Amino acid sequence: MTPVDYSRLLLLLAPEMILVITALAVLAADLIWARDLKDRNRHTIAFSITLFGSLAAVASLMMGTPDPAGATQWLTLGGATTTVKIGLIALTLSALAISTRSPLTSHIGELYLLTLLATVGMLFMASANHLLLAFIALELVSLSFYILVALYRHHKPAAEGALRYFLLGGVSAGFTLFGLSFIYGATGSMAFDQISQQLDGSPPSPLLIVGMVALVIGFGFKIAAVPMHLWAPDAYQAAAPPVGALIASASKLASFYLFARIWTVVLADVAGRGADSSLSAGWLILLAILAAASLILGNVAAIAQTSLKRLLAYSAIAHAGYILIGLMGEQADGIAAVIYYLVTYGLAIVGAFALVLLVEGSDGSDQITAFAGFHRRYPLESFCLLIFILSLAGIPPLAGFFGKFYLFAAALKSGLASNLLFALVVLAVAMSAVSLYYYLKVLKQAYVVPSPNTARRRSDPVLRVVVILMAIGVVALGCFPDILVGDLVADLK
Amino acid sequence: MLSWTVYSSFIGAAVCALWPNLSPTGTRRVALTTALIGFLAALVCCFQYDVDSEQTVQFITEKAWVPSLGIGYLLGADGISLTLVLLTGLAAITGTLFSWNIETRTREFFAFFLTLIGGVYGVFISFDLFLLFVFYEIAIIPKYFLIAIWGSTRREYGAMKLVLYSFAGSALVLIGLLATFVEAGATSFSVLELIKHPFPRDFQLWAFPVTFIGFAILAGLWPFHTWAPTGHVAAPTGASMLLAGVVMKLGAYGALRFPMTLFPMGLAAWRDEIALLAVIGIVYGATVALVQRDFKFVIGYSSVSHMGFVLLGLMATSEVGLSGAVLQMFSHGVLASLLFAVVGRMVYARTHTKDLTELEAMQLARRLPFAAGTFVVAGFAGMGMPGFSGFIAELQVLIGAWNTFPSFAVVAGIGIIIGVTYTLRAMTKAFFGEASEFADDPAPPLTSITGPEKIGAVLLITATTLVGLYPRILLDLIVPSLNSPMFKPLLEP
Repeated sequence: MTPVDYSRLLLLLAPEMILVITALAVLAADLIWARDLKDRNRHTIAFSITLFGSLAAVASLMMGTPDPAGATQWLTLGGATTTVKIGLIALTLSALAISTRSPLTSHIGELYLLTLLATVGMLFMASANHLLLAFIALELVSLSFYILVALYRHHKPAAEGALRYFLLGGVSAGFTLFGLSFIYGATGSMAFDQISQQLDGSPPSPLLIVGMVALVIGFGFKIAAVPMHLWAPDAYQAAAPPVGALIASASKLASFYLFARIWTVVLADVAGRGADSSLSAGWLILLAILAAASLILGNVAAIAQTSLKRLLAYSAIAHAGYILIGLMGEQADGIAAVIYYLVTYGLAIVGAFALVLLVEGSDGSDQITAFAGFHRRYPLESFCLLIFILSLAGIPPLAGFFGKFYLFAAALKSGLASNLLFALVVLAVAMSAVSLYYYLKVLKQAYVVPSPNTARRRSDPVLRVVVILMAIGVVALGCFPDILVGDLVADLK
Repeated sequence: MLSWTVYSSFIGAAVCALWPNLSPTGTRRVALTTALIGFLAALVCCFQYDVDSEQTVQFITEKAWVPSLGIGYLLGADGISLTLVLLTGLAAITGTLFSWNIETRTREFFAFFLTLIGGVYGVFISFDLFLLFVFYEIAIIPKYFLIAIWGSTRREYGAMKLVLYSFAGSALVLIGLLATFVEAGATSFSVLELIKHPFPRDFQLWAFPVTFIGFAILAGLWPFHTWAPTGHVAAPTGASMLLAGVVMKLGAYGALRFPMTLFPMGLAAWRDEIALLAVIGIVYGATVALVQRDFKFVIGYSSVSHMGFVLLGLMATSEVGLSGAVLQMFSHGVLASLLFAVVGRMVYARTHTKDLTELEAMQLARRLPFAAGTFVVAGFAGMGMPGFSGFIAELQVLIGAWNTFPSFAVVAGIGIIIGVTYTLRAMTKAFFGEASEFADDPAPPLTSITGPEKIGAVLLITATTLVGLYPRILLDLIVPSLNSPMFKPLLEP
């Protein structure tokens, strides 16, 4: 091991450092100066500082990465990772922007601190090239989220949801740690590139298989894949909409990116095969089971939901199923498809949660029926809802369609001969036809069902701006997917 | 010029939706102008089209769209496309004229209406299969809102059923499209490129039925036709005209352009089975139409029967059969629009009943002579009276079918006879009923037929008569295209 040069490390981690300093600055500013101001003004101050810090972090990401020589056993930088990090910061910022209009908590400094720390954790997840660093980053994110869900104290179910999230999350962290230690035991290394060098294409040892299974369980929890999904509907419903948006968007992107890199880069040699009759052990078959179960349960259970938040939670489970299929695809295209899908999914879901916040704020209900007559009250917002929901359903020319298409194409590219993958793609396409039913139920409320409640209203300008920006993002990335995909594929290849 | 059919429709839709303070009358004018622009563009293209050229696909616009996946923005048209583009233009104009009375949410109505038309134009002129699929799906969602918001009889049920059937069909197409793309080397979606790839027989044997059925669901192939009558009946008149007039043709056109062109061996293997389904559809649709009490259902089921001729003509895989099928698409598009216009707009909107028994007592022939006259013309044209477009189209289909499967041709001929019966039955009951015992009561006067309605009806009658008397207008466009190398493998198995 070469000794680590800390000053170089600081330079390499400039974006993360900037965000940590921002987090502390926000907390200090809020505690020292803003304590006695009105909540709205405290939000404005805190958000301005955060916006400034985030832009600085993005700028330092855009400026390009210094040569990471000497740190590669810890970190991966540049290329697709930079794109993911920018995506993470953008999604967090938009979730924070809607939290300025949410009666979430009066602990405003803490809210920003926790969110920014979670962001730092997510950036580390994207960069981690080492099992230990990955785990610490994962825990930083998880712990911040447990508290963020619980912060919504006016809302009775929040405490229960947070406790359930915490308990199940603790168990999953245990599994992850178990998995990581078994992988360390089997390969004698914790750095990603060294592990992949240890694996030479021979069938995995039982020790490694146990490790992989435990790791799948741990990560399955983070991405809410069936059967580790039980926390999701409660957490989504219990959390304040901005926090729900954060859990559903940025956290998914970071987890899936790390997950994708562990499987397709580090453990590529023990994927196993799902082709024809020669089914051999490996992670491919594990993920396939997870994907199929998530697709079926997520989509079918979503049909029965009456709360929009729970509907989004079950649809998130289904979306995890689609993404898992992409992971099993050809390496470069697979990861590019996963990133594209999650960024665009994140935009749509943040927008949808912003509208949940809007309706919850005015009608006090997150039921789908509360959206009746929505197009009369808020024509523009209603049109944006149409865009978000249709993108989630995968209707072109919106981004959700191209995302799904790209995932499936990547999966099939790795071999049309693989019966397993082909069957999964068929299942996924069939399930997306099922999903249209419950997505249309939401739009039916917004556009078709008459409501006495039709007086035109104006939404808060902040929410309005966020929703419109997200809708523009969904449409633009859907019509011109090459903005994102072109560079990603080049970087990953 | 050709692409402006698509662009103008989407621009028109955007103007209807977003232009501030647009009055209902203004909206109608915008919609009519848009439809006229589309129709004129189509007409100009028909005149500019060089029939003698070796290159049958003309007016090509080509741009890279997503280069990493080989997706191109490739628009063009051959004689078959042009025929259907012309039909779409005609249906758009008349559909707008027969929607002149939409007073509730006018702007949204025409926004959805024009979006649907834009999607339909797009399908007919796309030579990149990905682009074709995008337009195909764009055409799905507006149908839901058109029916669910402005429809009648069980509108929400009819709308949901129609959309789910369409989406299930497009899911099958998507699977076939992905498999085709990967099988051909994952480099291009262009029909002009894919046609050069020799797809192995094993692949064609499963890919053909999957994609063909996917498209044929939208073309009303028995037993997947049930969405059509319920959807058509529930839809508002303008939308029924579009649905029966052009949307069902999307399915037949897609089937011809994609599975039939690319998988000739699959076609040869499955031809008999599909032709059998088509013939069952002809007879079944006609028989069910014979016993309907609801006037609109008679037309709905007659559409299933007439579309059976299209599919039978396609399966004949001979020049005369295929040109008959394309001609029948045009002919049925015009006639179905006309019939739905009479039933939905001229009769139902005035009498508020579609029940044939109730209509019988009203003696509409005397009170709405224009409606009765239009229906008589459309009915005779539909049952295959020489001098109208239906005759020449169905004759060609029958000749084609006779050469390929004689027994099916005989059964289809019986279908025509049943067609005469149900048309006459509906005609006598609806318009020429016996005076009832209450005949002494002066019936309340019905509003006379309005100007837009008359113009629309005259336009459609002109179209069917023109093509009936001088079918070469269209055949000169269609037949050279069928003789192009593109259709060679299809016609010579």
